[in-house]
Amino acid sequence: MKDIVISVRDLTKRFGDFTAVDRISFDVHRGEIFGFLGANGAGKTTAMRMLCGLSYPTSGSGMVAGFDVRTEGEKIKRHIGYMSQRFSLYNDLTVWENIRLFAGIYGLSARQTNERAAELLLRLNFSSERDTLVGSLPLGWKQKLSFAISTIHNPEVVFLDEPTGGVDPVTRRQFWEMIYEAAETGTTIFVTTHYMDEAEYCSRVSIMVDGKVRALDTPAHLKQQFAAESMDEVFRTLARGAQRIE
Amino acid sequence: MKHNFVSFVKKETLHILRDKRTMLVVMLIPVVLMILFGFAISTEVNNVNVAVVTSKRTDSVRDAVERLAQNEYFTFKGYISQDEIDPYLRSGKSSAVVVFAPDYDRRSAQAAAGMPTKPIIQLIVDASNVNTAGSATAYLQNILLGSASQQAMFETRMLFNPQMKSAYNFVPGIMGLIFILVCAMMTSVSIVREKEVGTMEVLLVSPVRPVKIIFAKMIPYFAISCIVLVTILLLARYLLGVPMTGGVWGIFSLSLLYLMLSLSLGLLVSTIATTQVAALLISAMVMMMPILMLSGMLFPIENLPKFFQVVSNIVPARWYIDAVRKMMIQGQPLVAVWKNGVILLGMTMVILGVSLKKFNDKLE
Repeated sequence: MKDIVISVRDLTKRFGDFTAVDRISFDVHRGEIFGFLGANGAGKTTAMRMLCGLSYPTSGSGMVAGFDVRTEGEKIKRHIGYMSQRFSLYNDLTVWENIRLFAGIYGLSARQTNERAAELLLRLNFSSERDTLVGSLPLGWKQKLSFAISTIHNPEVVFLDEPTGGVDPVTRRQFWEMIYEAAETGTTIFVTTHYMDEAEYCSRVSIMVDGKVRALDTPAHLKQQFAAESMDEVFRTLARGAQRIE
Repeated sequence: MKHNFVSFVKKETLHILRDKRTMLVVMLIPVVLMILFGFAISTEVNNVNVAVVTSKRTDSVRDAVERLAQNEYFTFKGYISQDEIDPYLRSGKSSAVVVFAPDYDRRSAQAAAGMPTKPIIQLIVDASNVNTAGSATAYLQNILLGSASQQAMFETRMLFNPQMKSAYNFVPGIMGLIFILVCAMMTSVSIVREKEVGTMEVLLVSPVRPVKIIFAKMIPYFAISCIVLVTILLLARYLLGVPMTGGVWGIFSLSLLYLMLSLSLGLLVSTIATTQVAALLISAMVMMMPILMLSGMLFPIENLPKFFQVVSNIVPARWYIDAVRKMMIQGQPLVAVWKNGVILLGMTMVILGVSLKKFNDKLE
């Protein structure tokens, strides 16, 4: 029996008459790279916000890192990392200042901060850029740094919201290598993306259409199930039936 | 989790320090405004050009003109003929013309002898600037009345601001304006910027309580405002010579309260605005205009239409400026303006409460 890190049952979010997330259920195992796919407006972001403790579910239940999304949002926040599709570091602070800020936010001591920062800079080959303003780094570097910082407190789960938007293929490749490394050390990765080639890298993939999870399996099985050549085809077959148009 | 609060304050301070241009603007605006209002912009009536029309330059007329010419507020532009009055006023060569009636001399002699006749003088004033025209007329009347020595003269005494320096009046107004500018505008823009760039999202997913994020933002701006406050008080005291006999500490503590209020206003704006531009516009239009118009900074509240007098009650700057004016110029102690203090405190609590609630609701 594999260790379950995220467990969701019939999770629902309604805004008035509109059901953004409609009774979704799934489990995510430790160390898994879980791809969370869906067209714009399918309810991905809303679902993710509930899992991060930012939004309160209308009904259903969810456990993240052993805490209830309904009642223990604050505890969840301490055990997860988050990186958004938009750039999530401060451009007018240096690499080191950004690291120190987020280390401080997650309650790391000064000694821990120094250790982690040194290790992180070394791993990214960033040691010479320690005092560079983040704003002057190339986008790909920023994204890598951003991911490294989102895992600075060794979270159990990292939520990545379209982390590679606007990045060139080479950097995307490097970025995914970082994700693999993190997953190997036992960090669970929950990632949304709209690059279908990236969906192939995931251990398992769920596809949301109109607020519901319409498919959930490994990329290989999904392709088999839908008799498709690629994940892109699988996705398009499912998305064709969508009622909501953004 | 005191540690993360400190990291936040550090971060906010760095943001401000890195943005040198904004820093400079914030520090310079008060100085520039003080100098502008203190010296350049003045509602005092100075150098009013006056021409005189008379048929006979008799002694009594000459006497009156002499006094006029010597007065520092007026510049005597010479004697002109009846036909020149209109062109002179139109061209702006003079803004007032004094016309002595042909029988001025005879009548003033009779008046001096105790007869019930009065000398007649006509004042023709360019009233396109009502303020100047009003004051100039009053001054002129005083000076010319003096020439009919038998007339009872008013003895007017100007209390608190004997030289009637307008700088005195403007310092409290500037303070009321500046702190809203620095605190409200800058805090709101800085919070909204994080929303716009996307960093706010990351902060909200972190274990830091939203209230902490907000207060950490307020602290550096509060510090800057304190520096600005000290600058203004020093300039007012030593450059403009505002007396402040009521004690600086009263002014200082009331100003701190007003700073809190401005910061809360900034927070409120940030919960409404979603872009930095919107935050700027709201701060500028919704906050600055009422302060300029309805706070008594430029126009006395008593002169406003009834409706706006009522509206002015909800403009915080009105209460602040009024209190500072009393303390700074009349030299009243802080206790004397307790009512203003209580009103400002109440406003601060309401605004802060509403904006914190709105801020938390937004998270849902």
